[in-house]
Amino acid sequence: MLPKFWRKIRFRYGLIGSYCENCGNYYYPPRNLCPRCRRKGKVKEVQFSGYGRVLSWSVVHDAVENFWISKPYVVALIELDEGARIIAPLDCNPREIEEGMRVRAVFRKFGEDGEEGIIHYGTKFVPIG
Amino acid sequence: MVGIVSYGTYIPRYRIVVDEIARIWGENAEVVKRGLGVEQKSVPGLDEDTATIAVECAREALRRAKIDPKKIGAVFVGSESHPYVVKPTGTVVAEALGVGNEYFCADLEFACKAGTAGIQICYAMVKAGMIDYGVAIGADTSQSRPGDALEFTASAGGACFIIGRNCIAEIEGTFSFTSDTPDFWRREGQPYPSHGGRFTGQPAYFRHIFMATKGLLEKLGLKPSDFNYVVFHQPNAKFPMRVAKMLGFGKEQVRAGLVVPYIGNTYSGSSLIGLASVLDVAKPGERILVTSYGSGAGSDSFSFVVTDKIEEFERNPTVLDKIRECEFIDYGTYVKFMRKIRR
Amino acid sequence: MRVAVIGVGCSKFGELWEMGFRDIMISAGVEALEDANLEGKEIDAIYVGNMSAGRYVGQEHIASLIADYSGLADLHIPCVRVEAGDASGGVALRQAYMAVASGMHDVVIAAGAEKVTDVPNAVEILSSCADVEWEVFNGANLPALYAMIARMHMRRYGTKEEDLAMVSVKNHKNATLNPKAMFRREIDLETALNSPYVAEPLRLFDCSPICDGASVVILASEDVARKYTDTPIYIEACTQASDYLALQSRRDITTMDSVVQASRQAYKIAGIDPKDVDVVEVHDSFTIAEIIAYEDLGFVEKGRGAELVREGVTMLDGEIPVNPSGGLKAFGHAVGATGIRQAVEIVLQLRGDAGKRQVDAERGLSLNVGGTGGTAVVTVFSR
Repeated sequence: MLPKFWRKIRFRYGLIGSYCENCGNYYYPPRNLCPRCRRKGKVKEVQFSGYGRVLSWSVVHDAVENFWISKPYVVALIELDEGARIIAPLDCNPREIEEGMRVRAVFRKFGEDGEEGIIHYGTKFVPIG
Repeated sequence: MVGIVSYGTYIPRYRIVVDEIARIWGENAEVVKRGLGVEQKSVPGLDEDTATIAVECAREALRRAKIDPKKIGAVFVGSESHPYVVKPTGTVVAEALGVGNEYFCADLEFACKAGTAGIQICYAMVKAGMIDYGVAIGADTSQSRPGDALEFTASAGGACFIIGRNCIAEIEGTFSFTSDTPDFWRREGQPYPSHGGRFTGQPAYFRHIFMATKGLLEKLGLKPSDFNYVVFHQPNAKFPMRVAKMLGFGKEQVRAGLVVPYIGNTYSGSSLIGLASVLDVAKPGERILVTSYGSGAGSDSFSFVVTDKIEEFERNPTVLDKIRECEFIDYGTYVKFMRKIRR
Repeated sequence: MRVAVIGVGCSKFGELWEMGFRDIMISAGVEALEDANLEGKEIDAIYVGNMSAGRYVGQEHIASLIADYSGLADLHIPCVRVEAGDASGGVALRQAYMAVASGMHDVVIAAGAEKVTDVPNAVEILSSCADVEWEVFNGANLPALYAMIARMHMRRYGTKEEDLAMVSVKNHKNATLNPKAMFRREIDLETALNSPYVAEPLRLFDCSPICDGASVVILASEDVARKYTDTPIYIEACTQASDYLALQSRRDITTMDSVVQASRQAYKIAGIDPKDVDVVEVHDSFTIAEIIAYEDLGFVEKGRGAELVREGVTMLDGEIPVNPSGGLKAFGHAVGATGIRQAVEIVLQLRGDAGKRQVDAERGLSLNVGGTGGTAVVTVFSR
């Protein structure tokens, strides 16, 4: 997992995705090719502002391995202000989530490769206000 | 002149009250609260650690500084709870800030004064012309042995100071007093620190803060009344008040920077969050004295003079705002969050 | 070249502790060969759908393993393992179909098999058919992803938790009539609605159980088929479509564009409309998937899927029986085997060999989906 995680550190920590100069679309996670323009596209890295709104979510009881200690936890489909969408953990009271709720990106720990392995960090979201 | 260009803080939102901890261990809560002057402390969430706290306060400082992260030439994170024993927290922070690859970096440890040591290093590097901006962070998610007196106050939080020219508060001078005094320590592999009980008082905290502050005042030819605010390292609310009195400072000078009653002792973040709390309200021309203390032992003393630039500086959300944003938890949740439960 | 199914076989689905991967696969294969009355040397090629033998049993190169243990190694026929998440079976079927339709081979086996119970983390491995780096890493396993789909479908179209539970109740009821199903007892709405949440709003009874199992269909070209069977069931169309892997990249998470595309193409090739379909097997890995399938297959307009289950339209005795086998929910989801297992059910129904769960059907359709819709395979069968 080590090199695989390392390769994407910049994109996970900084919420960096892709922008196609040809069609003007934003993508997250980052892409090698623009799905609309393919080789005609000019894909560049872009840093998202970190603001967005909740489209859908789930309170997960049957946790993904690295998340078991925080179950039940919330995972949400978030539409970033730039238009790209992301699936990310949402740190908030499950009873207080509303569709369309505004959220912002924060830097958090995702888990570890076991007790001896490296620590994974990345971007989660919290409600604004 | 070189000084603070920007600052940011982060305090996790969970709190546990002294009463709750006292209840579990059969202590008299009122006696404890009166003795320490502390009501509650901050607790890091399950997905927070010193690195996440460091990134959050650094991002706030960077945002307020309105500078290009690539201009940051050095990143120093001081803590006694770095997530790794070997592998720096500084590089995680630098990556998260977008600093690039051309920067000086090392992690610092000097108990609770590792953050102020970072400020001194950045100050020197900027003055020497080695870097344009330096990032100094003091952050901790301090562990404490269950049932030990320190459990009432050991908390989590961090502050980041960006040092450079064009500052909101100039560093008039800095002075350190250091000695080999083992008052509080943690051996490799041990989960909890050990301490010398009452030995941590006079020969440790008080001696070093007193000597460092006196040294600074003499060096700059200043006296306590020249300062509007004074911030000391805050293991509890009593020590800073006592050392202030010893040095000739008044209670009113200490008040604005005293955050420990509400968030506990954030260790490497302690005096720095106190300083941030003062900067949140300080006016141009005012003078601030800060003396940190780190067990082992040493104190770094600084004199800051606030400049006009602080008026255009975005100070919201303030430390007080963050102190107010809290969610109370019980002891069971607390030990789960602090991973004190053996599985 | 028209393609016909000349034989089918299926193992019991469930936690088959006494049977290893090879045992399960061979048992289904032998049944199919007997059904088709084939000796074995007639087989020209084998396509096997298997999602993750590497992680489930630590074995790759399944193709060779199966050719070997089927007793066909000396025939040295081509054997291929295909993978498309839990649509592996459907994709294997399509590959086999194309091999015969193109005239390349005369008699081809399409098999599906999965042995999941030898590892403790079977469910977690199944989630690798979602985007592991960007969905699962972020806490979204397959149930959480389908839960987000369900929540949006419920918000937008008024689908209720009761509707989801009704799908589960229906499929459980159907499975009581199916001797090979994993779960053969009825449940009531109360039980389903009070079962613990897995990923809100989906509960335990909204999620199909992952299990061991294998299924086989034997395909032959029309002329060759007549040599072996009096009841060939023809594949009128077998189409496949892909879509973005991660839910966040999809156009509309309440629609599986891959299913819409594949089914429209299938209807066109077969020259039919959705209403011409008499019996259906869909991919109810989660109950919401069945409701969305009704819409994406064109049986009802987008958003009105729940009406079909409320009005009993898709029950065994309804206008369009869906999942007469018990579906993934009650028959069990043996991952790579599911797509073939669905085909087996449709064939049995069209032959009139479905026993107590027999419906009146001339034309059937099976839908096999990978993950949250990254792959879809639609097959139209007729008598």
